Amino acid sequence: MQQLPELEVIGSALQDNVRRLFKGSLAIRQIDTGSDNATEQELAALTNAYYDIERFGIHFVPSPRHADMLLVTGPVTRNMAEALKRAYDATPHPKLVVAVGDDAIDGGIYKGSYAVLDGVSQVIPVDYQIAGDPPSPLVIMQSLLAILDGAKKAPKQKGQS
Amino acid sequence: MSYLLWIIQIMFVPLVAPLGVGLINSLKARIQKRRGASLLQPYRNLWKLFYKDEVISRDASFIFRFAPFIAMGVTIIVGACLPIFTSTLSTPMSDLLAVVYTLALGTFFMALAGMDSGSAFGGSGSSREMTISAIVEASFISSILTVAFLSGTTNIAVMSAGLSPGSGNFLIPIVLAFAAFCIVLLAETSRYPFDNPDTHLELTMIHESMLLEFSGKRLALMEWAAANRLLIFSILAVNLFFPIGIAHDQAVLSVLLGISSTLLKVAIVYIVLAVLESTIAKYRFFRLPDLLLVAFVLNVVAIGLVL
Amino acid sequence: MMSALASPTMLIAAMALFGIGGVGAVLLRKSDRLANYWSSAFALFGSVTALVFAVSMLASGQTFVAQTTSDSFPLLSFALNIDRLAAFFLVTISIVTFFCSLYGIGYIKQYYGRYNIGYLGFLYNLFIVAMLLVVTSSNGIFFLIVWEIMSLASYFLVAYDRHDPENVKAGFLYLVMTHIGTAFILLAFILLYVHTGSFDFTVIQAAMPTVPAHIKDSVFLLALIGFGVKAGIIPLHIWLPAAHPAAPSHVSAIMSGVMIKTGIYMMIRLFLDVLQPAPLWWGIVVLVIAVASCVLGVLYALTEHDIKRLLAYHSIENIGIILLGVGSALVFSALGMSGLAVLALTAALFHTLNHAIFKSLLFLSAGSVIHATGTRNMEKYGGLIKLMPATGLFFLVGSIAISALPPLNGFFSEWLTFQALFQGIAQTDFYIKWLFIGVTAALALTSGLAVACFVKAFGVTFLARPRSQRAEKAHEASAVMIAGMAGLAVLCVAVGVGSSWIIAQLQTIAQGVLSAGDHATLVTVTSGHILSIAEGFATVSAPLLSLLLIAVPLVVWTITRFGINRSQRVTTGRTWDGGTDLTSRMEITSTGFARSIILIFRGLLKPSLQHSVEYEDAASRLIPRSRSVTLSVQDVYRRYLYRPVFIGFIHLSHWIKNGIQNGNINAYILYILVVLLVMLGLVGVW
Repeated sequence: MQQLPELEVIGSALQDNVRRLFKGSLAIRQIDTGSDNATEQELAALTNAYYDIERFGIHFVPSPRHADMLLVTGPVTRNMAEALKRAYDATPHPKLVVAVGDDAIDGGIYKGSYAVLDGVSQVIPVDYQIAGDPPSPLVIMQSLLAILDGAKKAPKQKGQS
Repeated sequence: MSYLLWIIQIMFVPLVAPLGVGLINSLKARIQKRRGASLLQPYRNLWKLFYKDEVISRDASFIFRFAPFIAMGVTIIVGACLPIFTSTLSTPMSDLLAVVYTLALGTFFMALAGMDSGSAFGGSGSSREMTISAIVEASFISSILTVAFLSGTTNIAVMSAGLSPGSGNFLIPIVLAFAAFCIVLLAETSRYPFDNPDTHLELTMIHESMLLEFSGKRLALMEWAAANRLLIFSILAVNLFFPIGIAHDQAVLSVLLGISSTLLKVAIVYIVLAVLESTIAKYRFFRLPDLLLVAFVLNVVAIGLVL
Repeated sequence: MMSALASPTMLIAAMALFGIGGVGAVLLRKSDRLANYWSSAFALFGSVTALVFAVSMLASGQTFVAQTTSDSFPLLSFALNIDRLAAFFLVTISIVTFFCSLYGIGYIKQYYGRYNIGYLGFLYNLFIVAMLLVVTSSNGIFFLIVWEIMSLASYFLVAYDRHDPENVKAGFLYLVMTHIGTAFILLAFILLYVHTGSFDFTVIQAAMPTVPAHIKDSVFLLALIGFGVKAGIIPLHIWLPAAHPAAPSHVSAIMSGVMIKTGIYMMIRLFLDVLQPAPLWWGIVVLVIAVASCVLGVLYALTEHDIKRLLAYHSIENIGIILLGVGSALVFSALGMSGLAVLALTAALFHTLNHAIFKSLLFLSAGSVIHATGTRNMEKYGGLIKLMPATGLFFLVGSIAISALPPLNGFFSEWLTFQALFQGIAQTDFYIKWLFIGVTAALALTSGLAVACFVKAFGVTFLARPRSQRAEKAHEASAVMIAGMAGLAVLCVAVGVGSSWIIAQLQTIAQGVLSAGDHATLVTVTSGHILSIAEGFATVSAPLLSLLLIAVPLVVWTITRFGINRSQRVTTGRTWDGGTDLTSRMEITSTGFARSIILIFRGLLKPSLQHSVEYEDAASRLIPRSRSVTLSVQDVYRRYLYRPVFIGFIHLSHWIKNGIQNGNINAYILYILVVLLVMLGLVGVW
């Protein structure tokens, strides 16, 4: 399969960062807080044969207990606010929270609706944001790389859980 | 020399086991036309988890807190009792029933830990795990028993010394018992078609759903123990039924031959597992007893043919 | 010193202590507290005395025979014969009664003011004395008298909590079943008397060569049914899961722990000692019954959610495992393999001891749970380990032991039973070999299911969150109750670690029973702790196993705790629930846990599922008000065995009522005439 050359470059840089910060293993728990599933499609594409993010030491896990990073999508509906808070509390330190997609950053196209809380940061502390509606897999990877480049050392805990 | 051998013997299972998981995952990725994570990824995962904090459910009791250590300890004990590369290291610990029931002790505590946090997933995982392990135990014991009768001892560490491979009338019972043991292996180590080790869907999980509540060091130990378990069953499968290359003395050359032949044979088992998991579908839960019944019948025939 | 302890005076002293305890309790009945302390204290003293006596009898290896006869009742003699086998059962009984009496001091308190404590103390002591006499008597009639006292005392204890009609019903069922059993035993002894002229066991044994084979076979079948009812073999067990839960828990512990073993004792005594030599098919019959009891026992246990009924079904299962040993011993001795017979009987005896210990431990800890929550329904428990940690720990010890997991005692007796069966496969010829293959598989299946069942019992009772308000307010048991349980828990560990020594002792008992010489030694203990079967076919070391199972997890803990990432922080939070509030109804329940196993074995268990829905609006049936699902299993044996027999009896009664007892005086006079003529004719024949 023909692959974008830049994918390899981003990937190996990403892998270096995962090694440096997470001992070579970054576990991601994805949380859907009422998203329109556009972002989910792009995230799911990360694990397909083309992007294959697993080869860089990044994998998705079934429980926030296992996670190092929470990827939150969606504008946070009122019903999901409590669930999001609990998932955040359930994740052991060190942990990163990344809001993926415009909806998750500030509500996006749903902003101002009575049904949503306008973004993840209204509910739990967000460390980084990945813009786009939805961001493509390559953008997500580039942003992850930027995020990990920015995080000089493994993030330490902020609030009391 | 003997001390050195014992150190290798004890360290072998815990040190090699994560590599095996890496091998399976990487092969599966290859079959899916991906490159997949490196062979060493399971070690990295474990190492990372050891350096994470933990969140423990406030509903959980000391069972949850101690179960990972028991689960891990049990696999280390059993790992040291196996005929890994030589049939000369034997203790009374290597008794067939002692090994089976020591492993069952680990399952017992793991299942209790699954129920301990009171989550809906953990409890159903425990129920399914215990259902399978309850009906697989008879096949587990009787498939090894076939070899025990052939070699005249139930001490699994030295069992292979009593076998003379290639002898004609041994072959059929050994092959039948091995076929039965393969089914036991898949059931006891939660692989396809019994369980999907990669699933993220709680509703279909068996083994994984008991681990959903674990984090940090305890999760690392549980995952490590599961890897050890897989290696233990693979070593039993290859070195009890086909003890080719296993050392019957403690000379350096035969020990090296023993280690490399075991690694090779176990690698074949893992490759078969990876191919199996990429090509077949998971069975419906209530069809699994049929498969276990097949294992049981194979065993009965095998034992009947031995004597 | 030893001879003083082993003298019959000690036994008489023990009986006297129980007697003082029982009578004194009645006299002190006005004060609940005094009656309780008095009867429990003397039961404790009596148990200790009996224990010391029995242990020193075993240590000195002597046999004690006593006999008194009177002219007015020539057939009845107060005959005791305490050989090693009887002494072993005395040890088992007195260990269990000691800890149960200790526990009872605290447990009885809940009956203060509700029931007569003096009466309880009297029955309790009488029950123990009768059990001690049952295993020591050597005369058929004397045996039947003490057997009946034991049955009646236990009946009154089962029906003691009489305000609950369920208990009275259970007691009645027990009374009926145990008397059916006694009738069969009576027939067996009468048959023996007719052909040997004596009720004395030693005389019967000596006269055995003159007894025709078909009489021996009839005696075997009668005794198997008679003692099988008491032991609780399937299908004669129906009283057991009803009666054991009904009794006060410390009495349940004694009933399940040792009373049902008196049936086993008499089977060993008759089949392997008095009636020897026995034909091969006896052993096969016992093995088949044993397999049915252990597999069905554990399956029915899995379906239970009443904690005491669950334990009672496990008693049936374990009786099955003990009978596997007894049956194999019968098969082996019929085949002339005395060494294997000794091995199998040793396994049976060891499992008898172990089951007595861990089953009474489990019943006592279940008693504490019931005491604390006021219900026997496991669905209403949950999370109790945080509220009653000591009880939880003891129940855990008992669960590990009964699941035959190392390093506790249950593992080693099951190991030994397995070895006897393995040798049966290896050394017998074609047909018997296949029998042993099947039996081995059944035992392996049983032990696998037992592990699942105790994961369920412990997990549902003690783990997760409380599922009822009573469980939320549960409290730890009192100090004496904890002491009683702790003693048994320590014994579980100690008997496990010291199993090779105990097995060696039990082997000499088994050799004595089977009159096999020292050459029949299959179990050897090498280098002090390694148990070896048949010259190294199988070896295991209990101390090493225990040490490793404790040390290795500790080492793992130390390394992970202090070796790696010391600064790790452990916080507690809520259980991860995916955002939905986890109610207690979302935890796995007892029924839910066992459901998949029940479905797998639906051919045997015949589960039935009932849905019922109540609607808010009956006409359109759109909005349900409540839905309920009932999952239950059919009592196969009740349906296909007891009900036909019962219906047959009803028909017979109708026939008698309508046909014979028709109210016509002339007909009755005719009956009398016919009977008179028949009797005269019979006299003429003789």
